Amino acid sequence: MILPNSPTSKNPIYLDHAATTRCDPKVVEAMLPYFTERFGNAGSRNHQFGWQAEDGIEIAREHAAKLIGAQPKEVIFTSGSTESNNLAIKGAAEIYARAAAGQTGRGHIVTAAHEHKAVLDPIRRLMREGFDATFIQPPPDGVITAEMVKAALRPDTILVSIMWANNELGTINEVPQIGRLCHEKEVIFHTDATQWVGKMPTNVETDQIDLLSWSGHKIYGPKGVGALYVRRRKPRVRLEALQDGGGQERGMRSGTQNVSGIVGFGKACELCFNEMESEGKRLLAMRNRLETELKKRIEVTVVNGHETKRLPNISNISFGFVEGESLMMGVREIACSSGSACTSASLEPSYVLKSLGIGDDLAHSSLRLSLGRWTTDAEIDSAIEMIETAVNHLRRLSPLYDLHKEGVDLSKIVWQAH
Amino acid sequence: MAYSTKVIDHYENPRNVGAFGTSKEVAARRDIGIGIVGAPECGDVMQLQIKVSEQGIIEDAKFKCFGCGSAIASSSLATEWIKGKTVDEALTIRNTQIVEELSLPPVKIHCSVLAEDSIRSAIEDWKKKSGASPASPSTTPVTQHA
Repeated sequence: MILPNSPTSKNPIYLDHAATTRCDPKVVEAMLPYFTERFGNAGSRNHQFGWQAEDGIEIAREHAAKLIGAQPKEVIFTSGSTESNNLAIKGAAEIYARAAAGQTGRGHIVTAAHEHKAVLDPIRRLMREGFDATFIQPPPDGVITAEMVKAALRPDTILVSIMWANNELGTINEVPQIGRLCHEKEVIFHTDATQWVGKMPTNVETDQIDLLSWSGHKIYGPKGVGALYVRRRKPRVRLEALQDGGGQERGMRSGTQNVSGIVGFGKACELCFNEMESEGKRLLAMRNRLETELKKRIEVTVVNGHETKRLPNISNISFGFVEGESLMMGVREIACSSGSACTSASLEPSYVLKSLGIGDDLAHSSLRLSLGRWTTDAEIDSAIEMIETAVNHLRRLSPLYDLHKEGVDLSKIVWQAH
Repeated sequence: MAYSTKVIDHYENPRNVGAFGTSKEVAARRDIGIGIVGAPECGDVMQLQIKVSEQGIIEDAKFKCFGCGSAIASSSLATEWIKGKTVDEALTIRNTQIVEELSLPPVKIHCSVLAEDSIRSAIEDWKKKSGASPASPSTTPVTQHA
């Protein structure tokens, strides 16, 4: 059967590692025996099939813990970051609530407007259930500082949830400082570290984190598996489970463990721990070259987000006067994302870019290029050429580029919005 | 989402790209009608210019478009269809015909609507400038003065 979206490109360049990554072959190799000869249920305590599965999970837990500087007992396996975020936010809110269910004034939560939906939507649900929340508006560089969090705290604040690195921009928030502030104020601190962990050094002790979410498929592991770090001492963080059942994962996440997935997740964590430092330098050099070349060759090219406080592998770039989706069509050999939302019924561009106040026109003109383990210098060279060609093609068509060249200030024009 | 081969063809080889002069030059010409619809913050702006004979025949058409591939294809197709038609004939073109010709999916229907609007807008502008009908409100963007 031929699917309508079947790949048509001969040698596509994958620059969408912030969306997902290819599984490392070493990860797949580690997982395979757990589908066949080691197929046991880790909950079967009385035979070797169960023991083998349990051993696999506990080795994975050690690798996962090591990657973030935690104790193995503090790692809870989940289905991915969305579940980890839901468990952390809803689970903590329920335990630390200041009033019983059904009442108002149950507690205040601090987050930021450009968090991932998997953080914003659980918090919005809690707001319908008697909790209050503050959504910090990010500054134009996208970086949330401890000062901003401090200004948002209230006497009834029970939880702060600030992501470590932003998924669209790669910008890095002041997490250790926010952690310190929360511990001083005795407020639980959760961070969605999906884009951060595995790429940047992490230590939940020195960084003073109480709850941390991450996912397997962003770090060259399988999809459908992730983890939540839950601090066990100073303070001991408690969570209300979201699903009840067999009491697996210290009762916080009932359900037969995804043994093969967890084994793959552990292997992915181990590989990242070993390769992080050299890989980080390699990615940063390639990304900087990509940005420098594009800015040099194409006028009105803007890199969104803080210039240096950014992950080494994510670049979010706006090319003025060119619409993002048409640009992606022009670079069909490159797999990437756009902040343009031309396919959405709302016609709204990325809420993350909008929250930075960069203007809807530039938000519609953005590409997110995210590099990874198998990205090569040659691919970056090709990407630069293809993007330059496509932008030039589209600017020849763009009425906005004509107005720009005529010296018209586009922001002063009254458009007939539809 | 996969694009139809016709959309890809118009995207790669857009027909009748351009303008009949700078925005100031064309504003002064009575034989040229200009339609600009959409807005940058909505992600698409279409500019259609038509050169109309004294008999009301669209002798030439040029477009520029800031928008997705379907918006570019819709406006490119519109210029092909209106060239050689009388303004009254051009006004009978419906967005549904564009949807059908380009096999646009439901999320892209607004691109075809915009193309239809740009035709109407350009013809209205020509009628107003040439005195073919009573003046109607300007359809071109105006610079805001402080």
